[in-house]
Amino acid sequence: MGFWRNQLSGPTDPAADAAWDRPEPRKGFFTDTSICIGCKACEVACKEWNGVPEDGLDLLNQSYDNTGALGASTWRHVAFVEQTTDRIEQARESGRKLVSLGMPSVRSRDDTALAGGGGTATATLTAPGDLVPGAAGGPGPIDAALPAVRWLMASDVCKHCTHAACLDVCPTGALFRTEFGTVVVQDDVCNGCGYCVAACPFGVIERRSGHEGHEKGAQSHGISIKGSGGSGGSGGSGGSEGTGAAGHQGGGSHQNAPSHAETNGEVKNVGIAQKCTLCYDRLGAGQTPACAQACPTTSIKFGDLDEMRATARARVAQLHELGYPEARLYGVDENDGVGGTGSTFLLLDEPEVYGLPPDPRVTTADLPDMFRKAGYAGLTMLGMAAAAFVGRRR
Amino acid sequence: MQDLSNADCIVIQGSNMAECHPVAYQWVTEARLKGARVIHIDPRFTRTSATADKHIPIRAGSDVVLLGALIKYILDHELYFKEYVVAYTNAATMVSEEYRDTEDLDGLFSGYDDAKGSYSQQTWAYASSDGEDDETPGTIGGPAAGHEHGEAKSARAAGDEHGSGGPALEHARVLRDETLQDPNTVFQILKRHYARYTPEMVADTCGISVDDFEYLARSVTENSGRERTTAFVYAVGWTQHTLGAQFIRTAAIVQLLLGNMGRPGGGIMALRGHASIQGSTDIPTLYNILPGYLAMPVAGLHDTWDEYLAAIGNKEQKGFWANADTYAVSLLKAWWGKAATAENDWCFDYVPKLTGAHGTYQTTMAMLDDQVEGYFLLGQNPAVGSAHGRMQRQAMSHLKWLVVRDFNMIESATFWKDGPEIASGELVTEDIQTEVFFLPAAAHTEKSGSFTQTQRMLQWHHQAVQPPGDCQSELQFFYELGRRVRELLADSTDERDRPLLDLTWDYPTDEHGDPDAEAVLAEINGRHLTGDQAGRPLSAYTEMKADGSTDGGCWIYTGVYAGSVNHAADRKPGREQDLTALDWGWAWPANRRILYNRASADPEGNPWSERKRYVWWDAEQGKWTGHDVPDFVPDKAPSYRPEPGTGGPAGLAGDDPFVMQADGKGWLFAPKGMLDGPLPTHYEPQESPVQNPLYTQQSNPARKVFPRKDNLWSPSGDSPGADVYPYVFTTYRLTEHHTAGGMSRWLPYLSELQPEFFCEVSPELAAERGLENGGWATIVSARAAIEARVMVTERMTPLTVTGRTIHQVGLPYHWGVGTNAVVSGDAANDLLGVALDPNVQIQESKAGSCDIVPGRRPAGEELLRLVAEYQSRAGSTVMTSNELRTGHPESTPDTREG
Amino acid sequence: MDPKKTFLSWPVVRQVRSGDFLGRGPSVTSAHTRELAPRTATADKVVQSVCPYCAVGCGQRVFVKDGRVVQIEGDPDSPVSRGRLCPKGSASEQLVNNPGRQRKALYRRPGGTDWEPIELSTAVEMVAQRFVESRRRTWQDRDEHGRPLRRTMGIASLGGATLDNEENYLIKKLFTAAGAIQIENQARI
Repeated sequence: MGFWRNQLSGPTDPAADAAWDRPEPRKGFFTDTSICIGCKACEVACKEWNGVPEDGLDLLNQSYDNTGALGASTWRHVAFVEQTTDRIEQARESGRKLVSLGMPSVRSRDDTALAGGGGTATATLTAPGDLVPGAAGGPGPIDAALPAVRWLMASDVCKHCTHAACLDVCPTGALFRTEFGTVVVQDDVCNGCGYCVAACPFGVIERRSGHEGHEKGAQSHGISIKGSGGSGGSGGSGGSEGTGAAGHQGGGSHQNAPSHAETNGEVKNVGIAQKCTLCYDRLGAGQTPACAQACPTTSIKFGDLDEMRATARARVAQLHELGYPEARLYGVDENDGVGGTGSTFLLLDEPEVYGLPPDPRVTTADLPDMFRKAGYAGLTMLGMAAAAFVGRRR
Repeated sequence: MQDLSNADCIVIQGSNMAECHPVAYQWVTEARLKGARVIHIDPRFTRTSATADKHIPIRAGSDVVLLGALIKYILDHELYFKEYVVAYTNAATMVSEEYRDTEDLDGLFSGYDDAKGSYSQQTWAYASSDGEDDETPGTIGGPAAGHEHGEAKSARAAGDEHGSGGPALEHARVLRDETLQDPNTVFQILKRHYARYTPEMVADTCGISVDDFEYLARSVTENSGRERTTAFVYAVGWTQHTLGAQFIRTAAIVQLLLGNMGRPGGGIMALRGHASIQGSTDIPTLYNILPGYLAMPVAGLHDTWDEYLAAIGNKEQKGFWANADTYAVSLLKAWWGKAATAENDWCFDYVPKLTGAHGTYQTTMAMLDDQVEGYFLLGQNPAVGSAHGRMQRQAMSHLKWLVVRDFNMIESATFWKDGPEIASGELVTEDIQTEVFFLPAAAHTEKSGSFTQTQRMLQWHHQAVQPPGDCQSELQFFYELGRRVRELLADSTDERDRPLLDLTWDYPTDEHGDPDAEAVLAEINGRHLTGDQAGRPLSAYTEMKADGSTDGGCWIYTGVYAGSVNHAADRKPGREQDLTALDWGWAWPANRRILYNRASADPEGNPWSERKRYVWWDAEQGKWTGHDVPDFVPDKAPSYRPEPGTGGPAGLAGDDPFVMQADGKGWLFAPKGMLDGPLPTHYEPQESPVQNPLYTQQSNPARKVFPRKDNLWSPSGDSPGADVYPYVFTTYRLTEHHTAGGMSRWLPYLSELQPEFFCEVSPELAAERGLENGGWATIVSARAAIEARVMVTERMTPLTVTGRTIHQVGLPYHWGVGTNAVVSGDAANDLLGVALDPNVQIQESKAGSCDIVPGRRPAGEELLRLVAEYQSRAGSTVMTSNELRTGHPESTPDTREG
Repeated sequence: MDPKKTFLSWPVVRQVRSGDFLGRGPSVTSAHTRELAPRTATADKVVQSVCPYCAVGCGQRVFVKDGRVVQIEGDPDSPVSRGRLCPKGSASEQLVNNPGRQRKALYRRPGGTDWEPIELSTAVEMVAQRFVESRRRTWQDRDEHGRPLRRTMGIASLGGATLDNEENYLIKKLFTAAGAIQIENQARI
């Protein structure tokens, strides 16, 4: 009964559990937020590759974050958190507590300063580009004081849970576990029931709505052409006036125009549950997911999950060595409420600060309930398949 | 770029690298992961600051004080790299006894002419060992070869000519005192000049604490020397000031003193903002230079070919500029082919002559005076991106015809129907007589060609698809325009049309009429025209001749097509090469990646250290070798000493690494070339709430000002009315957009990331003015009033300067007023006026004075009244802040003429 | 159609056969899913290019299918960028395929209140005529001292920093030969 025991919690190999004959090594991300520069290349590269539509042109007044949260049309989201000294000190303190609970040991900043000076006279640069191993903190004073302000940036994404509630509640088989251990929605199967949306402990998966301005069909973009059947008048028909006050004539900030139709001129998959696929199509061809490929500083790394977790552990240890006790990992605990996640994060403060649940739990509480749904799903699918079969024979 | 990962310390100042050059920033990240210290000095805490070891907030425009204090720190603590400084810089060189410093003349160098508002540079020259020069005591910049007053040089933005090396000197005979003790040595002058640039002065002027200064100074000096190197990184945060060129000069002095030039992980990295902005400077779409930084001739100075030749490169000076005649003749041969002969001075008289500054801002003002009839905009959006947007749009409404070539319907193409001046009633669509042609442009995927990136590397992009619809490359459009213009003039007998009719204008085209870009590249590279090699491409600029037997459109690019191979398209994968990656693309000159890399070896030719080994002398083989193409005569031994007085490359000693400099040395003191002083010294911005703490002289006395009613300024310093515009504003870019938005605000994926124009203010300023996060603010300068959403953030720091609190307002400038983009908004650049750096004629956009109040701005005439009311309260007149020499109104152009 | 294959691909049958009892793995994959191939793999050709935004010069790979750009991503071969792109570079495909991009020549007549369509070749010919006329009207042969100027101050240009070297070269060459000296670009801004 080992198989059944590990289907809801604890360590397991999810691709093997899903009965892939020859599962690939489980794939995942390691997002090292300590080197994220908040450029949002991941957001754009993801949208561009996956044809995810533009998702609103509102200024959110949340630092440089105008994306808001993960959702049907946002599969990567970079959070921006501004903090002052008090909060930085709290983050350090909470980090130290975690370390005392068994995370790798932390040396004091002063020790680090004295032990610094990596790459001194004896280290040679034999050829340009050779890394000086282990060097950290050259000569010169380490600034001992906590900074007055820091700006945390972190790119969030679907966690591709070991025990994925979205998948477990899906009645149609639209969600499935891939041979890479990732969780993917098949938009041609999904019927938009939305069970998965409520089930996800991270609030990642969502049904796509056709928001205002997303009318089907290519939008002519505001150029009126006399004598050529143009729509007349200036552009902006149908555009939301954004935040502009009604009647304001000054031409202040506003969004003209219907939000562009996406590249192909229309929003696809309206009503369908959507989320990160970890670029399942690219993985199948041995390629790197679009976000990780674009990431300028390698804050987003992609690879075999084991390797990702090992890299993450090494990096957090290094940061502790350098005097950043606030560094911690998220998603690596196989005994947490979702059995660990395929997406690993290195954070510099508590997860809530980044909008991540501190203790996510898979929402599929008990096996019988799940069985019932699975059985129901099977029957439903049998019917659907039969219908499709008949249809094809016609 | 990759070389930044070799640095032990990186100082990013005047650049927001992580935001504006994110992919290049990977090398900073990598350096940091390897243990390098990264310090970001900027008025704002940005995404660069967030990922640096330390952010040091600075008052915009005070950088020379900080860097000058760094120079003083290095000198006082004897932390300079002595062997390097003595051998490779002009520290030991003696300067004319006539020279007087700003410390002697209260903010002016010797040679300032009130009547001209500019300097004569004669007294800044090196002392000479040549007795013959006694009549022009101690100078080597004498008038013989066309000594040119600073006023005239500024007019042709002569600073730009040094894009590939220093200015010409008469000869190479200089006096040196290698003990550095003589009071007239550059070294001693430097010490005296920076004596008052103390950490306390930094605290008082820049708003940087003594502790933070100490941190910076120690980080930089302890990470420099034989074993370690420090790199500086800048961008337009340094250039866009009335003292911009001198900001960079100050960093150059720091780096020369620390021995960081020409070495791995060292140098000063300029981060430029457009795909081929370096290329458009090398092969200039600029008024004042010809390809390869050859000067455009000036009426009165270069009326004849001989006068021109004497001015661009004297045969008696050291280094490769002595061969400028070969570069110029080859260019003229490339343009006018067989028509260019020795007898007609290679058609030199076909080249139009300058009579003053004809830069983009002067041209804008000429439009307002109805002197310009036609204007081409080629992928540029001045209505949003240039300083003083109002002046730009008003000026365009005076044109007879305007051609806009772009991907998208930018604001500069629609100012006549939806610009802010239409809304305010200043312009009426029906009254604007400008004919406008919008011609859609081909994208980079739709044409082949080369971009030159920020480190002088040419990279070819191959055409992937045909341009859609009417979209065309500029290559095709201008080829076609030239063809049609020549056709229209074909029967002309007018002598003025000869340059067009004699022009070589015959390029192979594809079936769509698009010229072959590689054929153009081959012309740029140059060819042998005679002998066995006739028709073959040149392989190096050293093959160019002044006798008409070679041509070549841009000498510094010669070699890119060596062996008939397009080396810009070289694509050996980086992972199969060392970090220098010489087989990817091609960098000018001669595929060299780090300039002056001879300096990475000691005078004897050995690497300064194993750790920083880069280029060295291989005694066995008798040549220079290393990771890069050596920037030196390949077989010139370190011990080589030329006969005294030898000019050209042969005049360089084996330990003169700065091969484009007229004396082979790195210039701590610039005896020639800089129009606003041989040493950088601090002046306040054109508009500043702060009185210059160093001198009575408030701002750069050689800056270019335009006293006119549509270009008013806030009073500065302690002047009455300065408190009407009490805050400093600074403009900048965000990662999510590109400059004036032409390539980003039409893209939903980028627009949604930064949908609206906002201003960044500190919580303290927000409290002082009642601004709310997410609310609206109106920002008023002496030129305009605009509105923005408010971002209240701890990342903005009020600074204490001269005992007062100075608040800074941050304004990203990507948005513009129009109706066609996905997102739009007021343009920050509307706030700016026009005041320019004298060396390169670049405007001051990084520091200005403003007021900020809560709420949206009024519209229509009320808006104009608001701006006028502020001007009146401040008492701004055309003279306000426009006195070039403080207290001497006669130094300002208008009053001079009047 | 192979009936056997079709039957065996029924989800429930596949579920049982594969041992995927919970219906979470291969048994529920749709035909579409099973045939999924990235457009980077199905493209007709890949072209090496350079990012058109800032001056870092990141390498790009342009994937083309049926004469259309279908994907632009970082070129891992580039020693400068190592395959990475910023958000702008990552949006390059939208830059070239954006429906809002202008694809037709347009004309606004003096005093006109709107754009009018115009044939491209007509527009180019009109520009050439205006170029010649303005040059003639504003020609300056000599200055007040009789020194040669040989130029026009009536025609100006702004732009070049986003263009290819070869394009800038032709612009500088043509304008200089025409005596039009007021050529400028972003480098002075």
